[in-house]
Amino acid sequence: MNADAILTLDRLSVRLPKGADRAHALSEVSLQVASNEILCVVGESGSGKSMMANAIMRLLPNEVAIDGGSMMFEGRNLCAASSAEMRAVRGAGIAMIFQEPMTALNPLRTIGDQIGEMFSIHTSLSKADIKAKVLALLTDVHIPDPSVAAKAYPHELSGGQRQRAMIAMALALDPKLLIADEPTTALDVTTQAQILKLIRELQQRRKTAVLFITHDFGVVADIADRVVVMQHGVIVEQGSAVAVLNRPQHAYTRQLIAAVPPLKAPPPRTLRDDNILTISGVSKTYRSGGFLGRGARVTAAVKDVSLNLPRGATLGIVGESGSGKSTLARCIVRLIDADQGAILLSGKDWAAMSRENVRRETRHIQMVFQDPFASLNPRRKAAELVAQGPIVHGTPRTTAIAEARELFALVGLDPSAGDRFPHEFSGGQRQRIGLARALALKPDVLVADEPVSALDVSVQAQVLKLLADLRQRLGLSIVFITHDLRVAAQICDLVAVMKDGEIVEHGLIGKVFGAPKHPYTQALLASIPGGDFTRKRDATVV
Amino acid sequence: MDAIKRYFRSPAAVAGLILLVIVIAMAATASLVYPRDPLALAGRPLIWPFSNPRFLLGTDNSGRDIAAQIFYGARISLLIGGVATAIAVMIGILVGAFAGFYGGTIDNVLMRITDAFQTLPNFVLLLVLVAVFGSTLTTVTIAVGVVSWPAPARLTRAEFLSLRNREFVQAGRTLGMRDIQLILGEILPNALPPVIVYASVVMAVAILLESALAFLHLSDPNVASWGNLIGLGRDVLRVQWYVSAIPGIAILVTVLAVSLVGQGLNDALNPRLKSR
Repeated sequence: MNADAILTLDRLSVRLPKGADRAHALSEVSLQVASNEILCVVGESGSGKSMMANAIMRLLPNEVAIDGGSMMFEGRNLCAASSAEMRAVRGAGIAMIFQEPMTALNPLRTIGDQIGEMFSIHTSLSKADIKAKVLALLTDVHIPDPSVAAKAYPHELSGGQRQRAMIAMALALDPKLLIADEPTTALDVTTQAQILKLIRELQQRRKTAVLFITHDFGVVADIADRVVVMQHGVIVEQGSAVAVLNRPQHAYTRQLIAAVPPLKAPPPRTLRDDNILTISGVSKTYRSGGFLGRGARVTAAVKDVSLNLPRGATLGIVGESGSGKSTLARCIVRLIDADQGAILLSGKDWAAMSRENVRRETRHIQMVFQDPFASLNPRRKAAELVAQGPIVHGTPRTTAIAEARELFALVGLDPSAGDRFPHEFSGGQRQRIGLARALALKPDVLVADEPVSALDVSVQAQVLKLLADLRQRLGLSIVFITHDLRVAAQICDLVAVMKDGEIVEHGLIGKVFGAPKHPYTQALLASIPGGDFTRKRDATVV
Repeated sequence: MDAIKRYFRSPAAVAGLILLVIVIAMAATASLVYPRDPLALAGRPLIWPFSNPRFLLGTDNSGRDIAAQIFYGARISLLIGGVATAIAVMIGILVGAFAGFYGGTIDNVLMRITDAFQTLPNFVLLLVLVAVFGSTLTTVTIAVGVVSWPAPARLTRAEFLSLRNREFVQAGRTLGMRDIQLILGEILPNALPPVIVYASVVMAVAILLESALAFLHLSDPNVASWGNLIGLGRDVLRVQWYVSAIPGIAILVTVLAVSLVGQGLNDALNPRLKSR
């Protein structure tokens, strides 16, 4: 037993309701968090890591209950604490920050108000004192212009600033323990790097213990003192960050670390000279609000973008949220009509074609969507979903269904799975169905919009491998949209970096990532979590 | 399958279903139990219920068997309720689907028409239609359907608005589907559950509307409907109140049954709403 442990979980078990995919969300989990350390809990979705955070706060959903073990916090067993005692612990003793700051903040109250509430609930400070404290906290988390931010409503701040405000709120009462549940997952890479730095800095200054929950070993490498690896509600390995990262003992840990994509691009493939897709001068501007053109808000989502995709190559388009990369992808497949510019696909101007022609020609260019849960119609069986495209284009139904089953094998699914509905598949399997659906029309160009962003790292690696394999076998040309430079590095031949609707840099991926010229590309590359770790690892592998 | 299981877990929903089945059974067996014309004179007028074993529920002011009229009335109420609801929901889905899917001008035009219908009180519009087209069973049924479509239309439109930009609809578009395929094949099946649930409300209201018409002697007088019987009982309401009360209870039970079934369907089809 560690003497300065702030929180000790001893054989904690949490029971799931009947009919869940396993009996226990957590079974016999034992760990300790010491003051002045950052303990990272790593695991994929469904590993029970978030459930553990909620169990510590005693904020479990109604049907879920703690059914064994103890949680000792400052000499008190939280499992046995009354709800009144828990209220005193929450916020003052243990504070929590969440993944999505927008939903965790009350949209109808100002930031300053919400942080001040922490003091008015737990202390008897005067209004003026509270105001001063709030400003001090906001200054502490490096929000630009704290007095303005205190008066702002959540929607008036950027995602990163909202997360800073959340952290300020969590730290208001100097909690002994801070639980951070995937606090940077919803943020862009550059913001993520800043928030990680902030958490590190605050933790060191205030000597707070931090329980940091994440799925990303890159983040672990950046921030953790000690690491706990979870799988299916069980701790499979724990130890110091250095030990776990460099000498992982358990097979699952090794698998997770290996799934962190290498930063270096694979050796360049020879590209053909003829372009299958040529985008020149494409622009798209959104106008909203205003009456008769007055006071309208104009947003240039895509500004004068020109790109080439050689036949058989993969062009990555990377950028942060709001950079216009998804709009560009939708312009390419004509889900959105571009305002200007030409999109030449095998010599035909796709942008100028009539809707009816696009509908007929659409089998040349297909799209894979980001969200494997939203992109499949929940009321159709898998085989039907895949066969839909060919049926629309005139293939008889029985032939199309038979072909769909062959495609299932191609994307690594059991052909008999065709009779199941989308909700019976896991996220990775659904993305394979989405891929099969796009391939069913035998397209020349595949536009993939963040196809692996919603997947766990190990599944991500599998889907990327499948994509690379299919590209080889079917001679596909791919436009690959992603916000994750590590993913882009694995699969793309060419890369274009987008910022505010413009391409700031493009070229062969080895060149762009190896020797970035534009400051924004440099900033992006520097912000990749675990950059040092992966670079070191890649160096030893080679 | 899960939805059916969830449905039978709610006692209120099961009770509603039982009541509805009883009403349907009455309608189905009417001509077996009472082979004679329910509107034919059967005995002395105004016999109190349970006083003469031949007329279990007594007779009305012109000596017709009330029990027989209740059985045959179940047919009329279910017929009007069912057909009028089908008409209303069909128009509603059509208008709502097009308005929600296309948006813009089409949406504006269709929704202003819907507004026009909604600003007029249902019953006043119904009175006008019946006054113009006459009060046969067919015109009354169609008229009830025609005044009830705006609410399902708005509901369908709202569902379509939220569904039309989902990724699976965009995926259908990139596969080259026609608009009509997207509307009917992709969006509508996902938009349907709330509309089906709302149909039970439309049906309950349709039954009440017909009864109200009949109460004012404006429904088809040549059929044995519950509303007609209530209207007839109006003349003897102070003494022989049972003439109005018995069909009134029948209407109450039927509307209650339909509402309970609708509520049960709602909980069964949207399980997440209930556990909240």
